[in-house]
Amino acid sequence: MITNDYTILAPQGMHARPATVLIKLVKNYKSVVSLKRGDKTVRLNSMLNILALTIKGGETISVIVDGEDETEAAQAIGLFFTEQLKDL
Amino acid sequence: MKGIGVSPGIAIGKAFVIKKTEITLNGVLLTNDEEISREKNRFENAVDRAVEEIEAIKSNKNRSLQDEDLAILDTQIELLTDPQLKDDVIEKITSDRKNSTDALIEVIETFVQLFEGMDDEYMRARAADIKDIGNRIFKHLDGGGNPSIRNLQPNTIIIAEDISPSETITMDIVNVAGFATQVGSKTSHTAIIARAKGIPAVVGCGDGIGTIKNDDLVILDGINGVLYINPPEEVIADYTAKKNAWQQSAARLKALKNQPAITTDRKKITLSANIGAAEEFADVFEYGGEGVGLLRTELLFMNRDTFPTENEQLEFYKNVALQSKGVPVIIRTIDIGGDKHLPYFKLPTELNPFLGYRAIRICLDRKELFITQLRAILRASIFGNLKIMFPMISNLQEVRSAKQIVDEAKTDLSKEGIVFNADIQVGIMIEIPSAAIMADILAKEVDFFSIGTNDLCQYTLAVDRMNEKVARLYDPFNPGVLRLISNVIEQGHKQGIYVGLCGEMASDPMATLLLLGMGLDNFSMSASAIPAVKDIIINHSVSEAKEIYKNAMQMDSSEEIIAYLKQHLK
Repeated sequence: MITNDYTILAPQGMHARPATVLIKLVKNYKSVVSLKRGDKTVRLNSMLNILALTIKGGETISVIVDGEDETEAAQAIGLFFTEQLKDL
Repeated sequence: MKGIGVSPGIAIGKAFVIKKTEITLNGVLLTNDEEISREKNRFENAVDRAVEEIEAIKSNKNRSLQDEDLAILDTQIELLTDPQLKDDVIEKITSDRKNSTDALIEVIETFVQLFEGMDDEYMRARAADIKDIGNRIFKHLDGGGNPSIRNLQPNTIIIAEDISPSETITMDIVNVAGFATQVGSKTSHTAIIARAKGIPAVVGCGDGIGTIKNDDLVILDGINGVLYINPPEEVIADYTAKKNAWQQSAARLKALKNQPAITTDRKKITLSANIGAAEEFADVFEYGGEGVGLLRTELLFMNRDTFPTENEQLEFYKNVALQSKGVPVIIRTIDIGGDKHLPYFKLPTELNPFLGYRAIRICLDRKELFITQLRAILRASIFGNLKIMFPMISNLQEVRSAKQIVDEAKTDLSKEGIVFNADIQVGIMIEIPSAAIMADILAKEVDFFSIGTNDLCQYTLAVDRMNEKVARLYDPFNPGVLRLISNVIEQGHKQGIYVGLCGEMASDPMATLLLLGMGLDNFSMSASAIPAVKDIIINHSVSEAKEIYKNAMQMDSSEEIIAYLKQHLK
């Protein structure tokens, strides 16, 4: 299991568009990926769940990756949060 | 039936009523595993068909989809296939033994309430999306019951409680002549789509809309927000005429918008707008304006307790520049006087405020006020194509003094290391008769003239337009006034400067050819008046206009001149 913290660099937070991109990204891996905000954790496969977390811009969230390809998955997810998100 | 007109135009057609699918819980509980399995399948099939429906819309090459439409559809697919949604529905079917319809209704309702309760406006708007996909799945669970909006008869008027984003994307919009909804406002989805597509629409009609039946004849007036259901012959005839008139003027507007104002003998005329705030630029461009011939600055000084500071003024001019898309904007410096009461600026009560302490006279007397404004304009000048114009000039010394203060402002800013457009153009309004008569002298010292015919007319004819007893003497076609205007243009051109006109006369179609014949380069008016003037310019030549002008100048009364000009407009 790999856990990483990321700051949301998009000013509007996690809206539908970045959520969709992230979900699609995670589909490529076998690992189970979850998002944790405060004391709420949801699986990162449901847009409704991600939106319901109401992650705002500038907040820090945790990403938990668990599975046989967790290293690659965590890396790709890391890139999403550090590079891609701010352009979405 | 009265509602809110949110998209202008007139539609006459047959009603097509979109019935809101009755979504109520049926309360039926499942009794065995076989039923549970069946309901799970029913749900999953309904979702599949809903997704197929959207994929079909996306790949339909017959209609072009905007990027926003595609994004909405993609979000819908994402929501339709959302694992949490599916898990929750399946859970209700399996554990709570609810049938698929009830399970769906409850799960959707839970999510909708969750999102509607959020602080974030964006999230609250997503509630509508969730309702939308809920309805779509529901339709497929139910076996669909709604007549298809995908194939409509021409001149269909859509009647509905409200219209959802996916409905507008799905429907056969080519055949839709109008929208009428029970609920809604100027900013609701129906209104936005209707305006974007140029379809007349009336929203917020209330419950009465339920009385409209399929195929009823409906007249929809999107301008006044009125609906007529199965009206008598006279009303139909009346509205048919109104509809044609509306369509013609809308078509003319559309056609002219991007057309340059070039005469048949290829002289390019600039048509600009008179505005008072940056917000008006939308209209300027909508009507095909190519610049701002007059930016009034009075708004800056009204409704306040203190003089606007340099920075406050800078924000105003900067905003104007940023919205201008780089078109020329002529800013008129302070034009206030004794007739306008400003709480923070004690001006003497005068017997003749229009002949008194105002505009440039105040500016040259209260240099600190003037230089503040000039500094703000200069600082804003780097954001657009701004020009400075002094009002109420009566002699050469005023021009020189004012220009000196501009130079002083420039020097100060340079010393402070603040950038500005060093080549900013400086011109004057010609509205006082002495200036019009000595235009030859003034033309040597400025970059342009702008003729303020409203005041020029009043001063020249010694008439107060507001005085009912003499208002009829206010006459821009008075031969004396016309000669003054003509002189200003002629003298301006002799010195190689351009001459514009920003008074009401610029918008008067009757004056267009006359002014064109005098050689006017720029007409500045209310944005909405631009198309009518452009229409005249593009259909005539300068040589024709010169003829007209020469002939008019032979006449000795404005009645004769006006009658003559009227003939040429036919």
